[in-house]
Amino acid sequence: MKGKELKSEAFLNETGAISRFTGWFFHEFLRPRFELREFLRQCFLVGYKSLPLIGLTGFIMGLVLTMQLRPTLVAYGVEARLPDMVSLSIIREIGPVITALIFAGKIGSSIGAELGSMRVTEQIDAMEVSGTNPYKYLVVTRVLATTLMLPILTILSDAIGLYGGFLGINIRGVMSLDLYINEVLNTVVFSDVVPATIKTFFFGFAVGIIGCYKGYNSKKGTEGVGRSANSAVVLSSLLIFIIDLVVVQITDLLGLN
Amino acid sequence: MTAVQDIINQPNETAVKNAVLEIKHLDKAFGGNVVLNDFNLVVNKDENVVVLGRSGSGKSVLIKCIIGLLKPDSGSISVLGEDVLAMGHDELDHIRMRIGFLFQSNALYDSMTVRENLEFPMRRHIKHMNAEEVNERVNEMLENVGLAHTIDMMPSELSGGMQKRIALARTLILKPEIILYDEPTSGLDPITGREISSLMVELQEKYHTSSIIISHDMNCVKAVADKVVALIDGKAYATGTYEELKRSTDERIKHFFE
Ligand SMILES: Nc1ncnc2c1ncn2[C@@H]1O[C@H](COP(=O)(O)OP(=O)(O)OP(=O)(O)O)[C@@H](O)[C@H]1O
Ligand SMILES: [Mg+2]
Repeated sequence: MKGKELKSEAFLNETGAISRFTGWFFHEFLRPRFELREFLRQCFLVGYKSLPLIGLTGFIMGLVLTMQLRPTLVAYGVEARLPDMVSLSIIREIGPVITALIFAGKIGSSIGAELGSMRVTEQIDAMEVSGTNPYKYLVVTRVLATTLMLPILTILSDAIGLYGGFLGINIRGVMSLDLYINEVLNTVVFSDVVPATIKTFFFGFAVGIIGCYKGYNSKKGTEGVGRSANSAVVLSSLLIFIIDLVVVQITDLLGLN
Repeated sequence: MTAVQDIINQPNETAVKNAVLEIKHLDKAFGGNVVLNDFNLVVNKDENVVVLGRSGSGKSVLIKCIIGLLKPDSGSISVLGEDVLAMGHDELDHIRMRIGFLFQSNALYDSMTVRENLEFPMRRHIKHMNAEEVNERVNEMLENVGLAHTIDMMPSELSGGMQKRIALARTLILKPEIILYDEPTSGLDPITGREISSLMVELQEKYHTSSIIISHDMNCVKAVADKVVALIDGKAYATGTYEELKRSTDERIKHFFE
């Protein structure tokens, strides 16, 4: 019983601390002096460097999804609906969530580890002493970069995934690329794309802010750095699912489904 | 009568005037862990003050309070005549330009080259410097520490002693008036330690800085100290020259010299 109380207290403390950290983000973000160079550098690192991994997983996701869906559709005699099924699943749900999870694994952990080791080796203090606001220089730039880059990566991943789906269809059947694209464009409508894209901004924000929070508050020692990286991935992955759940509820209520 | 009083007062007066750093009644605790307890210290112009203390006695905490990385619970710190604790963010940044801080762990930015490490404080603090002046300053400091050839290397490619020198160069790059050294020779072999100590003395004479040096290394203390302060139980337990403290009969002071 006592242990349970302690756990829930720790949970509430952590939630409070993360909320304050997020509030601090908006406070610093709105104050003048924007670290443009560091922001662009982070966009490059965060976006460009995770492109191959995200492209590859997107491709496999589309291909495998198609191959798995086909038998079921064939059983119901609606094989022709395969492009619709694949494109809707990828664009509305699987694309954004898988991309965000891969992103959390790659970028969230690296931000957690990087800031963690900077904290432990006093580099963050050194910045402060050098007249640089380390929160602005390190956190604001990274969070903005993840928030803006994940949606772009998701769109790319969706596109590659759809291409994977096209190849998947052509393993067992025959369909021209023109026809496939046509089918996809006829199926997917505005109200599928917009909520799916909006949520990726939140996913990106969550990955950035949690990675930074864990790294920035890292405990002394190399063990602390490892733990920061690890818990950054766990917590941001969890948050991705929670945000997904909330967004689905909202779009449902708004009648966008 | 007044003339006599003047003469008596004079040395005191000048001492007060020359103080660049004054710490009074400083208290700092982390939860129940009392680290500093009524600590007092004066550093005069051109003076090297060494703070001795056992591991965990609060030496790093002390100098972090001076630079504003930690907030003391009570007491006052005045640097170059200004009250650090009452300062807002901008004023603090301004006074930090005039204080150099050498971190115990060097704290070199490991994602940046040596050049970028040295440029970092300058780009932030001095906005009117053009690229050429910045470059010149970087080279000057690297030559001071004898590592001009490392300018495009990453810190991870340097040995511990070289990293310490680069950190020293970065600390000095803004030509600060006061320098706080946190264990400049720890973790180095005796020869490199001696080199760093003589480098510190050399640079101190060149740029006329005043400094607080935290050290366990008696060779370094002997080489650089004008005044030694033993930090024990959170207080300035004893103060004097190296020789005076060495002759001390106090058991707790003797330990440092064994
Ligand atoms: N940020 C902090 N939070 C909590 N306690 C701290 C913090 N920084 C230092 N302490 C505590 O203050 C005490 C003094 O630490 P400090 O780092 O000043 O020691 P030190 O004299 O520099 O030792 P060393 O020679 O090993 O560097 C230690 O007991 C440490 O646990
Ligand atoms: Mg220390």
